[in-house]
Amino acid sequence: MSSIALKKVSKSFGAQAVIADLDLEIEAGELIVFVGPSGCGKSTLLRLIAGLEAVSSGQLLIGGRDATHLAPARRGLSMVFQSYALYPHMSVRDNIAFPLKMAGRDRARIQDKVGEVARILNLQDYLDRKPRELSGGQRQRVAIGRAIVREPIAFLFDEPLSNLDAALRVKMRLEIAELHRQLGTTMIYVTHDQVEAMTLAERIVVLNAGRVEQVGCPLELYRRPATLFVAGFIGSPRMNLLGGAEAARHAAATIGIRPEHVLLSTTQGRWQGQVGLVEHLGSDTFVHAEVADVGTITARASGDLQVKYGDSLWLTPQLDCLHRFDEYGRAIR
Amino acid sequence: MTNAMHGRHKLAFTVLAWIVAVLVFFPILWTVLTSFKTEGAAVAIPPKFLFFDWTTENYAEVWQRTDYLRHFGNSVLISLGSCLIGLCAAIPAAWAMAFSPTRHTRFVLLWMLSTKMLPAVGVLVPIYLLFKRSGLLDSRTGLVLVLMLSNLPIMVWMLFTYFKEIPRDILEAARMDGATPGRELLHILAPMALPGIASTLLLNVILAWNESFWTLNLTAADTALLTAFIAAFLAPEGLFYAKLSAASTLAIAPIVVLGWLSQRQLVRGLTFGAVK
Amino acid sequence: MASIRNRATAQLALSPAVILLLVWMAIPLAMTLWYSFHDYQLLMPRGNAFVGFENYVYFLTDPAFLQSIGNTFVLVGSVLVITVAGGIGLALLLDQPLYGQGIVRVLIVSPFFVMPTVSALVWKNMFMNPVKGLFAWLAQVFGVAAVDWLAQVPLLSLTLIVAWGWLPFATLILLTSLQSLDTEQKEAAAMDGAGAVARFVHITLPHLARAVTVVILIQTIFLLSLFAEIFVTTNGGPGTQSTNLAYLVYSQALLRFDVGSASAGGVVAVILANILAIFLMRLVGRNLEV
Repeated sequence: MSSIALKKVSKSFGAQAVIADLDLEIEAGELIVFVGPSGCGKSTLLRLIAGLEAVSSGQLLIGGRDATHLAPARRGLSMVFQSYALYPHMSVRDNIAFPLKMAGRDRARIQDKVGEVARILNLQDYLDRKPRELSGGQRQRVAIGRAIVREPIAFLFDEPLSNLDAALRVKMRLEIAELHRQLGTTMIYVTHDQVEAMTLAERIVVLNAGRVEQVGCPLELYRRPATLFVAGFIGSPRMNLLGGAEAARHAAATIGIRPEHVLLSTTQGRWQGQVGLVEHLGSDTFVHAEVADVGTITARASGDLQVKYGDSLWLTPQLDCLHRFDEYGRAIR
Repeated sequence: MTNAMHGRHKLAFTVLAWIVAVLVFFPILWTVLTSFKTEGAAVAIPPKFLFFDWTTENYAEVWQRTDYLRHFGNSVLISLGSCLIGLCAAIPAAWAMAFSPTRHTRFVLLWMLSTKMLPAVGVLVPIYLLFKRSGLLDSRTGLVLVLMLSNLPIMVWMLFTYFKEIPRDILEAARMDGATPGRELLHILAPMALPGIASTLLLNVILAWNESFWTLNLTAADTALLTAFIAAFLAPEGLFYAKLSAASTLAIAPIVVLGWLSQRQLVRGLTFGAVK
Repeated sequence: MASIRNRATAQLALSPAVILLLVWMAIPLAMTLWYSFHDYQLLMPRGNAFVGFENYVYFLTDPAFLQSIGNTFVLVGSVLVITVAGGIGLALLLDQPLYGQGIVRVLIVSPFFVMPTVSALVWKNMFMNPVKGLFAWLAQVFGVAAVDWLAQVPLLSLTLIVAWGWLPFATLILLTSLQSLDTEQKEAAAMDGAGAVARFVHITLPHLARAVTVVILIQTIFLLSLFAEIFVTTNGGPGTQSTNLAYLVYSQALLRFDVGSASAGGVVAVILANILAIFLMRLVGRNLEV
């Protein structure tokens, strides 16, 4: 049974169509991530589900009921905003208690619930502070606390980690994943960072210009991208995409090969190239080589590889890992 | 730049700044000082700066003779009254334009600005005659009305800029948290808007207090405010500098002090957002 | 916030202010216009004959009118020059690190909050009085003849009084603008080899230009209606030497009780102000994010 379903949902702002005829079913209890470049409509989609924007056409079902025209407060959803949107004039305790207060719960129950949430999120010491006295990570947790306390049908996260520094981002990612495991509630998570998507999601929805490019679990998107866009978007460093004569040789408009599937040799291979940029990450080395008539090819090699700018190298793609795309960007199987 | 050079620069600028500041402030300072002199000392040549017999007799006389309290009371009533009533119209208007803007919002805002630019002389005649006929001349109600209308555009503009600064997503969060529009207003919007409303009130009370066109032309004995009270000193009766100083100090002191507290509001209120 | 119910509430909320201002603006203006076309003397209720443009002709050909326009421009212009130049200087000074900066600011800001009537009276009596005023004493100290400021150079005296009152306004605005100048821009210029003067000319001054424009526009609009200071000091005199447009209209209306003529004058004042208002609104409108 799906907990949230979108049927032929469209959204336009004036004459500009942002989302067109979108169908999606979100399973109860899953952690699904909307990912895509800026302007692809992922935040708009989230806000449509939340009820902060009205759909232009189509139907939205939440828990089986038609929620298309329901006010945000009546949909049973909670949202964590990118800027956290904490109430600045209220203490942490009052911030977390606010949804329960709006729902009319009695004081004792509210205090219990707030205490429980504070324990889960390690906020006990901060309950009487105001948001401006907290660090970014702490504010984040308060925002999550406020969302949890209502025990909603689903959590909506709108790029919650983008305001944090890199180390904190990794830490919070793990905490969110752990939270999901603990609570088991449906989570809809929006991000532009495909690494976040890949690590957190049970299923990923890749969006581009208001349309769904592909829906699937992370590894499926990685190994079998359905479109050229998904192939180029998922995976870092980016998949090598080649057109022209090379592609034609494999009966396709574009071919793709991931850096880890490009074999390097100093003696022989399919392409001869000159080494340009070399990125040493310690665990891996990424070599960017210029191949005549083909372009720049990125290859992954072991961390011990000794190679420098200007060296001559032979690169060979593993043919069984080659992806082929037609002139419309669709994968050829 | 070395620290020593920084220090020297700072000292030099400080000296210069203090000299200029005292020069600019001097008329006020002189007035206050003179208010504590006897009339004879007030016109002494060469002028006495600090070494004279300080006395408070002028204050006593001004207080008793010229009914200062009634004028002061009128000023307070009319300034505060016009601003509070103005807020009743200004707050909803600014709220509507900041949170539910339409294609006309821009036009309405600029139009309101233009009504403030209307020179008072342009409507002096009809207002005077209307007030005369309806008995509003020399009435507190009339003045409250006129001052309220004069300052309404500024109030709306200031409140608009303050309201716009409230982050939209906090209000959305309140909606997601189950707040109806009424409760959203009460629990979230109002507390966050309160500082802005207070600032608007402060600046406009100051502007209303110092208003010197309508208060001079539309009042007579009954409603005379401090502006008129001072103007009455136009007809000097012999030596009167010390008394004038005392009366002046009494008239300006509260507002000058309030003004010290409202510098930032001044910039916001009178430049209509054109200078940040 | 796009629901229909919200839109209706918003319209309702907006209406009191809009209606009030509409009435405030439309009705009196319409009346002024109407009066300006009629012969209406308050002391001779003769039935308000329609006289077409006669009032306008009378008002505009009155030599006092031309002089009042000239005086208005002189007054406004000179106050602007003093306050803008002084304001820039003071703003630059206050932007520097100072000891006791708070107090300095407070001292410099004070003149703006002094009631114009008080300010004018104090200046008139305690500074500019040719016998008992401080300026007279200063003249004596320097061995120069004392000047009867308000009688001999009324416009200059008024300019001084008004400029003193408005200097803080210009200073505050310009200081605010100065402080909003990104220090990184100045640092980048320094890295690019610009010295202090060059930085001022190429970075600071253009940034201030916008604030200066705002100051000029807003002050002009308020200064055009200058009234209280004239009322309290010179009453437009000697003769009409210090009468500006606002005072002229006032004197026609409430001193000579010639409503028709005063109304014509009022209309002229409104037209003048409107021309300026257009520029101000253009400037404000450009920044306005609705």
